[in-house]
Amino acid sequence: MHYVFDFGALAQGEYPALLLRGLLTTLALTGLAWLLAFTVGILLAVIRLTGSRVANGIISVYVAFHRNVPMLVHILFWYFGVPQLLPAPVADWLNSHGSEFLLSMVAIGLVTSAYVCEDLRSAVRAIPSGQAEASRALGLSFFKTMRKVIMPQALRIAIPPLLNQTLLLFKNTSLAMAIGVTELTASGREIENATFLTFESYAAVTVIYLSISFLLMWGGASLSQRYRVAGGR
Amino acid sequence: MIRFSQVNKWYGDYHALKDINAHVKAGEVVVVCGPSGSGKSTLIRTINRLEPIEQGKIEVNGQDVYGKHSKIDELRSHIGFVFQQFNLFPHLSVMENLTLAPLQLKRANKAQARVRALELLERVGLGHKADAYPLQLSGGQQQRVAIARALAMNPPVMLFDEPTSSLDPEMVGEVLQVMKLLAKEGMTMVCVTHEMGFAREVADTIWFMDAGSIIETGTPDEFFGRPKSPRAQKFLNEIRH
Amino acid sequence: MWEILKDNALLLLIGQYPYGPVGGLAATLGLAAVSLLLAFPGGILLALGRVSPYRIFYLPASAVVYVVRGLPLLMFIFWAYFFVPLIIGRPVAGTTTMVVALVCYESAYLAEIIRAGIQALPKGQQEAGRALGLNYMQTMRKIILPQALFNMLPSMLSQFISTVKETSLAYVIGVQELTYAANQINSVLLTRPLEVFTLLALTYFVLNLGLTALVALTERAIGRKRSGQAVRVATT
Repeated sequence: MHYVFDFGALAQGEYPALLLRGLLTTLALTGLAWLLAFTVGILLAVIRLTGSRVANGIISVYVAFHRNVPMLVHILFWYFGVPQLLPAPVADWLNSHGSEFLLSMVAIGLVTSAYVCEDLRSAVRAIPSGQAEASRALGLSFFKTMRKVIMPQALRIAIPPLLNQTLLLFKNTSLAMAIGVTELTASGREIENATFLTFESYAAVTVIYLSISFLLMWGGASLSQRYRVAGGR
Repeated sequence: MIRFSQVNKWYGDYHALKDINAHVKAGEVVVVCGPSGSGKSTLIRTINRLEPIEQGKIEVNGQDVYGKHSKIDELRSHIGFVFQQFNLFPHLSVMENLTLAPLQLKRANKAQARVRALELLERVGLGHKADAYPLQLSGGQQQRVAIARALAMNPPVMLFDEPTSSLDPEMVGEVLQVMKLLAKEGMTMVCVTHEMGFAREVADTIWFMDAGSIIETGTPDEFFGRPKSPRAQKFLNEIRH
Repeated sequence: MWEILKDNALLLLIGQYPYGPVGGLAATLGLAAVSLLLAFPGGILLALGRVSPYRIFYLPASAVVYVVRGLPLLMFIFWAYFFVPLIIGRPVAGTTTMVVALVCYESAYLAEIIRAGIQALPKGQQEAGRALGLNYMQTMRKIILPQALFNMLPSMLSQFISTVKETSLAYVIGVQELTYAANQINSVLLTRPLEVFTLLALTYFVLNLGLTALVALTERAIGRKRSGQAVRVATT
């Protein structure tokens, strides 16, 4: 048991830089996966809402697949399995250009998009049908209605669950370490391996995760307050 | 039996109960009435401390309800309370609803509790429903079970907070019937109710409340026949039309 | 892909048993079930803390829940990997580490589910219990918790599904559950990763789809029970 905590040792040499690099990788992974998740998620939600039964069926399968299979398995699937499908030169190019980062980002983004899609669907269901009716009655097309009337309201209603998804996305980036991405958790392990100061290394990583998580939770709460539909739910 | 001494209560800045001084004698049936917002429900809920008071003293059977050393759970087990919303426990059968408190508070063993429960259920006309579940019963039946549940603790005093206000009109009678029987047997009762027929027939004293104070008290004959305060007169006129 | 399934069915289902510990799908389910069940006491305690009007209970309970919500499960696993042998005094199997990490993680999520269940009950239930003279704990134990836990069964089953997915992380510390088994197969075959991992994904897919159907069934059954329709009138 360490009776003397040696945080000082962590502050020397290349360790702070390692931590920082890990943190930046995590943040980059989070940001890009988030963009992918929300773009795809919103698109899927809108397509689902067109009412087309074929589209609904396909998206249901997409959602079920991404929600029932663990995130880690998705990452392994994309990293080990998908390159087999690609033509050799593409696979090689990917490999030499940081495929771990890219493919884990894709995996995490797509899984989250399934949850985003469902959260938005629930939010839209909470909007009175009169909203869409009024908009169409004014002559706005389906997509205009979605863009200007429905989605803005749905996004506001959905802020709490969407915020939760963002937090989960952020935490899930740690799984990328399973395929070698040197994000924050991996950096923590690296430092631990080098210094044998397990408690200190993990503590540093924990503090960083918690700080960002709390920032997200707090930021989310204030966002939720600010964008609440005045006098509404 | 119940004594209010200079009782005052505030909800924030709102003065909900103003200088309440009143006394309920043993065996007396008091009906509290008045317009909405007059504080009737608040008043009755302060007796067993479901709502706290900020000033004054309330004594039940000589015991200070708000005393520093009073054991509120012990006190409450000697006060029967019937809610407007019945509040039966849906996950327990009728029998279990009645025996829960006596068993948990070690007032009786299983056999005694069952016997007493069945006795009470018979008294309220629901002996055959002992093994039913609350959600299978009508509103009137549920409220009668609630009364039996409160009686199962053998309290010397029973409090009723608008017991028939949530019931469909055709079920009000069966509940009032039970309450009349209780009154006849000499139970000390305080009832908040809008049922003026019941008040006339059964009450010993009427307390009329408005805006947090007890404006007028009197026997039913006095109150209904010769109301003294203008607000009481107004109230009685309104409910007659 | 079907040949891979046929050749390796046993490995995927129960791991290397009897030539090794129970693994594969059996280990996954066992891990998830044991962890979630063990998380219940902690979950109930934390939930009670979260609904408590006393800050001395509310603050620590909330702190625990927020920390768990803010930290990735993987970090919990590494912390457990480090702490458990220290506390017990001797080296510990990966499975134990995983269970400890999962129990800590899941009790916080269970706590929030149970808390929602408690707060969804009408206030009158508590008032009725207290009015009869029952104290806070008696009211909780006999009236509030039984109803809350029953009403939240579908959510708790959903949490089980999440836990099943979370067991896949045990692969990272070498525990022989389903994902580990798939990786074993992949490292032997080497040239067919797509099929192996598709098979792995499909296994989880079918498993969790089944469990989700169970959740829907439970939700309907509980909905009926809550409105009193499911209980047949025994006597007239």
